[in-house]
Amino acid sequence: MVQLTLPKNSQITQGKTWNQRGSKGRWKQFSIYRWSPDTGENPHIDNYWINTDECGPMVLDALIKIKNEIDQTLTFRRSCREGICGSCSMNIDGTNTLACLKAIDDVSGTVKVYPLPHMTVIKDLVPDMSHFYAQHRSIEPWLKTDTPTPPIEWKQSREDREQLNGLYECILCACCSTSCPSYWWNSDRYLGPAILLQAYRWINDSRDEATGQRLDDLEDPFRLYRCHTILNCTRACPKGLNPAKAIAELKKLMVERRV
Amino acid sequence: MNMRTPLKNVRHLGSAKEGADHFWMQRVTAVANLVLGLFLVWLIASLAGADYATVKSTLANPIVALLLAMLIVSATIHMRLGMQVIIEDYITRESTKIVLLLLNNFFAILVASASVWAILKLSFA
Repeated sequence: MVQLTLPKNSQITQGKTWNQRGSKGRWKQFSIYRWSPDTGENPHIDNYWINTDECGPMVLDALIKIKNEIDQTLTFRRSCREGICGSCSMNIDGTNTLACLKAIDDVSGTVKVYPLPHMTVIKDLVPDMSHFYAQHRSIEPWLKTDTPTPPIEWKQSREDREQLNGLYECILCACCSTSCPSYWWNSDRYLGPAILLQAYRWINDSRDEATGQRLDDLEDPFRLYRCHTILNCTRACPKGLNPAKAIAELKKLMVERRV
Repeated sequence: MNMRTPLKNVRHLGSAKEGADHFWMQRVTAVANLVLGLFLVWLIASLAGADYATVKSTLANPIVALLLAMLIVSATIHMRLGMQVIIEDYITRESTKIVLLLLNNFFAILVASASVWAILKLSFA
């Protein structure tokens, strides 16, 4: 059966509070999931107080401040700090999003920070993305053609290029996939919203000549059809994309080529 | 220790190259259920309070009996497909899954044949 409770060694305990709130300024409490493979202890929630008057506006700014000034052992991924690399995806205030795009002021009360749900945790807020990346690799995310390559470039009309809007912007942060219950239960076989949106990006590319083969590879009760239009993916996407619509388009194409 | 690469795990046995049929059948039967279900509601409303003989004579009409039988077939196919998806979603142990999928098929066929038999009995009695 689906596992609804955490195994004993994953049950979260209360950790320590690293500092206290000061008297001046606007203070905000951050409760952050901590787990290290080295200690053998259960995961725990540590608390940190941040004066938001002396911190940048985003949750990532606070995490960096904590790492710089309070607790050097706090582990998380970050790179571009402007929502284009997808590194700092995590669960903040109950929603998967990018820490660099989530304003601290948008969270009322304590800011709760957890790693992306239902992923194997490497340490603290860092999940293991290798299965997710392998799923992306499996849909062969590159232009596939049989026609000999033209001397300069593959041409595309403006209208055809517009078909890629809302698809090419995906940064593979996995916020959508890890918000999807179907992906939680069956991620070993279900590709999940992020990868299916990427698959549709190549199927919908006017220059790609492998459309039928791509659809063949997706037509599977688990790879594609585990999507039950729950729409968590679309709600979670920090880039405002609509993976659910991309999946619906894929399902339409599957029917279109047989009726 | 599993030393396979992530890509090996993802590709696994490859695509089953089916699923669209299941998806389409679920939609076709949904539309049929809607239309035939409305007919059933209308039929029950118009027979409300009627005695056994009246119901029997109504079902003796082949159009009424056929529409009811079609509703049974469509609804049980829809039920079977829907339950199959739920079992595949939540049951991960292969042996349990196969047994439940078998029972799901048998249950749907049992419901369908018993209901059609009841309709025929009323219709031809």
